[in-house]
Amino acid sequence: MLSRVANSLYWMSRYIERADNVARILDVNLQLLLDFRRLNDEHLARHWTPIVQSTGDEEDFFEIYDEANGRTVPEYFVFNRENPNSIVSSIAQARENARMVRDQITIEMWEEINRIHLLARSDRALSIWHSSPAEFFHEIRASSFNLQGLIASTIPRNEGWYFLQAGKYIERADKTTRILDLRHESLPPKGVPQMVNQTDALEWSAVLRSCSAWDAYRHIHGVDVGPRRVSELLLLSPEFPRSVRFCVSELDAVLRALSGVPPGRFWNDAEKRSGRLVAELSFSEIDDIFARGLHEYLDDMQLKLNEIGEALFSIYIYHPFHEGFSDHQQQQQQQAVR
Amino acid sequence: MSLLNNYESDEFFDEMVTGESKVRGHYQAFVERFGQVDKQEFDAKRRAVDLAFLRQGITFNVYGDSQGTERIFPFDLIPRIIPASEWEHLERGLEQRITALNLFLHDIYHEQRILKDGVVPPFYVLSAKHFRREFVNFQVPKDIYVHICGTDLIRDKDGTYLVLEDNCRSPSGVSYVLENRRAMKRSFPGVFEAVGVRPVDSYSTDLLKTMEYIAPAGVVDPTVVLLTPGAYNSAYFEHTYLARQMGIEIVEGRDLVVRDSHVFMRTTKGLEPVHVIYRRIDDDFLDPTVFRKDSVLGVPGLINAYREGNVSLANSIGTGVADDKVVYYFVPRIIKYYLDQEPILPNVQTYLASEDEDMKYMLEHLPELVVKAANESGGYGMLMGPRADKAEIDKFRELIQADPRNYIAQPMISLSRHPTWCEEAGFEGRHVDLRPYILYGERTTIVPGGLTRVALNKGSLVVNSSQGGGSKDTWVLYD
Repeated sequence: MLSRVANSLYWMSRYIERADNVARILDVNLQLLLDFRRLNDEHLARHWTPIVQSTGDEEDFFEIYDEANGRTVPEYFVFNRENPNSIVSSIAQARENARMVRDQITIEMWEEINRIHLLARSDRALSIWHSSPAEFFHEIRASSFNLQGLIASTIPRNEGWYFLQAGKYIERADKTTRILDLRHESLPPKGVPQMVNQTDALEWSAVLRSCSAWDAYRHIHGVDVGPRRVSELLLLSPEFPRSVRFCVSELDAVLRALSGVPPGRFWNDAEKRSGRLVAELSFSEIDDIFARGLHEYLDDMQLKLNEIGEALFSIYIYHPFHEGFSDHQQQQQQQAVR
Repeated sequence: MSLLNNYESDEFFDEMVTGESKVRGHYQAFVERFGQVDKQEFDAKRRAVDLAFLRQGITFNVYGDSQGTERIFPFDLIPRIIPASEWEHLERGLEQRITALNLFLHDIYHEQRILKDGVVPPFYVLSAKHFRREFVNFQVPKDIYVHICGTDLIRDKDGTYLVLEDNCRSPSGVSYVLENRRAMKRSFPGVFEAVGVRPVDSYSTDLLKTMEYIAPAGVVDPTVVLLTPGAYNSAYFEHTYLARQMGIEIVEGRDLVVRDSHVFMRTTKGLEPVHVIYRRIDDDFLDPTVFRKDSVLGVPGLINAYREGNVSLANSIGTGVADDKVVYYFVPRIIKYYLDQEPILPNVQTYLASEDEDMKYMLEHLPELVVKAANESGGYGMLMGPRADKAEIDKFRELIQADPRNYIAQPMISLSRHPTWCEEAGFEGRHVDLRPYILYGERTTIVPGGLTRVALNKGSLVVNSSQGGGSKDTWVLYD
């Protein structure tokens, strides 16, 4: 497979996942506010600011808006084309990458990416948004599900598939850490958190819902929602498909499928790093993590995920005799790095 | 028939109806079936097709638009129909033409007999913008220069087919032929069945065979790639489309690398050899070490690998001289010279500005003539005398006198018309041309029909996509 093609498949997959995650976060938080009608501005800012921070866009955001609230944050993250992490931008970039590899993806996939891209930029999208943001998010997420389904059911399990999977799992793991980090200010910097009040419980439910983890959580833990169990599920569950551990395990398997090196050994830097991370996540308990401090742990996790992505790039995409890979540089820069 | 009921011909040759507004024989089966389609159904189908094209991204990019606007190439649902006997005549004429052009290119890059015999004045060939003297005496694989040719045909007021120009570099548009057909089959399966239309879908297979045929000697299972200028090129959709149809890689210049005069592509498993390149990049941009130094689209060292015979290119380098509009003037003589045959498809009457008498005639008759620059395409660099104002005519008068080699003139040919959907006006006649695609490999294959382009603006004669043109499906009938 052409290196450039592998690169485009990887980024296409990441951007699809990104749009889906942003849609989920915003949808859940807008709905949550319906339960908090009497919040004052200060409370509102405390609710929305972490969301802006989570993508690393705080500086940009406050250049455009005076405050983070239920109008400005969705506006910035949905339609703002200057914001590289907005839904519209992510979809446009997924589509741009798809366009580069039109011959590699199926016609069904291309049509769906193209359809959602055209919709997101249309007047119809605005009118859906104004009549019901929930419906708009539903539309975006349904498209993402369509794409996941199309990838699963129409793409041959060859190299291209593995690059699609690698992009998806790195992005998903990264987004899960960022969603989990949203409420870190309500936690002590170190140590296991205590019981939480009613408002906090709602906020932590929102974290779960933002990861589509509400049902999984209830199935395991019932209705009592608290930071410790939520963190455990989203970080360490070997079964829940959006947990960091799950994503990193899948990523590790994908890297091994690409290189043909069995588990327990490594041939390249990407495998070395993913293998270590799988081991670390498999042999950690949530209280160890809280002892160290959740926020710091999540920061470090994002760094490690980035390193795996970079290693992957230098092995398969970048060739030493290659002068300048502007596309990657451009896309790399649109990654949120905190 | 309902929708086409009031359609009438005009003073122009009409593809569908005679001068007395009678439906021609080869359109009858279509008109009968199509008559059962009412306006509502027609509108619904039209919208469905437009939407499908947009969704599939069957679009071209509009240059000079920072938003990266993509537009669909407007598609008209009424097909242009060509009877079998007429097509046979066109096929013979096109095959004759491409054969002669290939012999001509071989000759001017080798013995130059045609120049020495005075059939074509050497000045015109040697001064042609796309004549590559670096390739004189270079042996191209299988001695084929033009593998893929798109020849534009028009019909005059009597319905006679004339050749307007040959495109011997990288003609585009064939993807629309294939996609238009798909859209028509989906929209009017019944009509289709009843009329009996020759299929077009063998094009990709034929193209791949043509490429494999020219592989370097000794390569058993050649790797063919399509070299594109990239996603921002206006024909990018077509590039990916053809690559996908042929099951080959589509590469950009930066994907290729030359080592020891062999071409490789950069893959996730390292470098892999490439043997044949269907290139959709102009000569000038192919290799910055040989041609334009500022080219970022090309591959350094590619020309050297080509010269060493390690990689084949289609089309070959330097074919542009054959579609120079001044050389076009000589094509009937070229056919006669190499094949000793009369041209089956005549040229449009043409005047060369660098011939004294023609120049005199041109300057005196500018308001009646169409003036074209020798190497422009896409409807640019053109004067439509009868439609131009005085300032424009004066501008061309100066241009022609300053650089006579670069200009030709032709009488205004009215192009045949074809019923075309024109929104509130219903069906009206619009001018059309026809671009068949000729493949020249082990044998010559021409996909039945080709791209019918239609000038959608009332009275317009410009069919180019960039200037208000659209397209139609072209049906060649069985017998």
